[in-house]
Amino acid sequence: MIRVLLARLKQGYRTMAFPAEGLKLPHRALGLPKVRPAGLERAAAACPYGAISSAGLDMGRCVFCGACAKAAPAAVEFTREYRLCASSREGLMVSGTQHRRAEALGKELRSLFGRSLRLRQVSAGGCGACEADCNVLGTPAWDMGRFGVQFVASPRHADGMLVTGPVTKNMELALRKTYAAMPSPKVVIACGACAVSGGPYAGHEECPGLPPDIPVDLYIPGCPPHPLTILDGLLRLIGRLE
Amino acid sequence: MRINHLGAFDFREAELEPELFFATAASRLNAGGRAAAYFAMPDRNAHRLVIIVAFDREGGLEAYSTPVSGPFRSLTPSCPQLHLFEREIWEQTGLKPEGHPWLKPVRFNTPGSVPGSADFFTVHGGQVHEVAVGPVHAGVIEPGHFRFQCHGEHVFHLEIMLGYQHRGVERRLAAGPDARSLHYAETLSGDTTIGHAWAYCAAVEALAGARVPERAQALRGVMLELERLACHTGDLGALAGDVAFLPTAAYCGRLRGEFLNMSALVCGSRFGRGMLVPGGTAFDLDYALIKELRLKLEAAYRDTENAVSLLWKTGSVVDRFSGTGVLTKEAAEGLGIVGPAARASGVGLDTRRNFPYGPYEDFTMAVSGSGDVYSRAYVRWLEIQKSTRLVAGWLDALPEGPTSVPCGPLKPDSAVVSLIEGWRGQICHAAVTGRDAKFRHYKVTDPSFHNWQALAMTLRGGEISDFPLCNKSFNLSYCGRDL
Repeated sequence: MIRVLLARLKQGYRTMAFPAEGLKLPHRALGLPKVRPAGLERAAAACPYGAISSAGLDMGRCVFCGACAKAAPAAVEFTREYRLCASSREGLMVSGTQHRRAEALGKELRSLFGRSLRLRQVSAGGCGACEADCNVLGTPAWDMGRFGVQFVASPRHADGMLVTGPVTKNMELALRKTYAAMPSPKVVIACGACAVSGGPYAGHEECPGLPPDIPVDLYIPGCPPHPLTILDGLLRLIGRLE
Repeated sequence: MRINHLGAFDFREAELEPELFFATAASRLNAGGRAAAYFAMPDRNAHRLVIIVAFDREGGLEAYSTPVSGPFRSLTPSCPQLHLFEREIWEQTGLKPEGHPWLKPVRFNTPGSVPGSADFFTVHGGQVHEVAVGPVHAGVIEPGHFRFQCHGEHVFHLEIMLGYQHRGVERRLAAGPDARSLHYAETLSGDTTIGHAWAYCAAVEALAGARVPERAQALRGVMLELERLACHTGDLGALAGDVAFLPTAAYCGRLRGEFLNMSALVCGSRFGRGMLVPGGTAFDLDYALIKELRLKLEAAYRDTENAVSLLWKTGSVVDRFSGTGVLTKEAAEGLGIVGPAARASGVGLDTRRNFPYGPYEDFTMAVSGSGDVYSRAYVRWLEIQKSTRLVAGWLDALPEGPTSVPCGPLKPDSAVVSLIEGWRGQICHAAVTGRDAKFRHYKVTDPSFHNWQALAMTLRGGEISDFPLCNKSFNLSYCGRDL
């Protein structure tokens, strides 16, 4: 017992402040891009995932590999900004330095979920990295429970479903059943490039993607998204951040 | 035919007559060989079987191939380690291994197949019942289906049915190399980004004849060991959580993040995405960054030692870990188990020692003997200590020079076997090039492909409540197996 108490003292208080002034992604990380028209075709040609067009850079397809910025530094420049989530698929399109950041749920849903959001996570064909960065939000360093957000074991206990992976053919039925098992009203969150657009697996016939009849309320881009990005999106969704 | 690890060889020379192929494969496996990979590849209008046999003690590798166009002889009855490989060959090509004792789909990716709908072993008798779990699980983890045959808490048998994560990545890798190949490799199993990226890069470099500079090799070593540190630390925390010992569970959850954040300091990504490129590494370290990493490593290791040492000194934890989920050495060797799970059963296999590559020299591996959850946990702790020393050593004496060299076109009609010790165990990538110097075939074997059967074995005679604990002691990859 005494050893446990001494260890507790040594390990100390480790929960980070969030949101905090000046919080940024690590120095070499790639966050919100700035997009300029000069040389954009060269950037588009360098992107293996077709994320760049004359309309700008689609963060929903981007895996943040940086190939575009290397090929055309004048056209695409990645900042260390972590706030990337959007409420609509179009909101992930960056032209210039603008994209439409996620908005909060409507008033009614916010009054239901604003102080307590329980999520059922469904992993549907990805590489497991998004799941890892969702799990990390439950550790003492992030402690998303302090905002009332928690992952739960049963869809019956959930207010929403957080989907990761490109939704393989083999997971489609299980995903649908999980969605149907959640009581209404419910929200759906697409986490990571795979869930948003198929990501690196876009175009594989093994991965039909999120069924169009399951409406998405929050898109979290990245491959995988940094935990900062996920937490920011979740809190924005329930109106805890302005 | 004997081949060298990471040495390109003329693929045509590995060919044998079918009769001789099966006789040779069986005799080599029964002479102490381990199947690192066994697969079928398209060959004109038919197929070609290829087997890679590893002799761990001697560090020897052999490759054999034979043309095949119809049913072939199953070697599983005499070499159980091939059971899943032969099922995979059957599913991918339709060629039937005759005599396979339990032939059923691996990934359910053929037209009309429905995941999980296949025969399961059943046990009959009064009050004997089945428990089915998954594909969606209670935690934030990947999907899979588990079927237990039980009598109350007692488990007679567990059968594991996967395939839900199948996204067709191996097939696309085989169409490369192209601009997407590296990211495919990095996402074969997301928590083993460096391991698989290294195996891919090493295969390409061997086929292109590129010599990776020493500094890049050391940087790759740093990243691979950081990956191992993060995963082992996280799993020891999760094991503590599964026996309701929350202090270590909480501390290790945080500490895992510290190691991931160190990877992010090096290359921007917590998982090491974008760090490795064919020919070397995409990022370098300067003096200030080396110093920062060194300080962070020391602090994270100190806290990890403090958190993990509680496990071995807490009676309730030791009692629950000891004797639970035993994998015998015979079972581990017979099934070709790899990684910490094998070493915890007393098997002397660590790619870093048996098939040294890159910066690993005179590596001594951590082995423990009892094969239970305690042993698998303790081996992880021994490896945490070793990895910390390795990373510190490389950071203190990083070789001077460039971090990458140009990687030219691949040698045509060649093949290479690339082995890397990922944190779960040996990763095997086998690449074969065609006349056009593009890949003709690319075969990925994640350590989980071998090891899922080991998890099933540990449950025999155990209790259902042992499952989370046994599962976490292996923490296998669903996506790495399903590809």
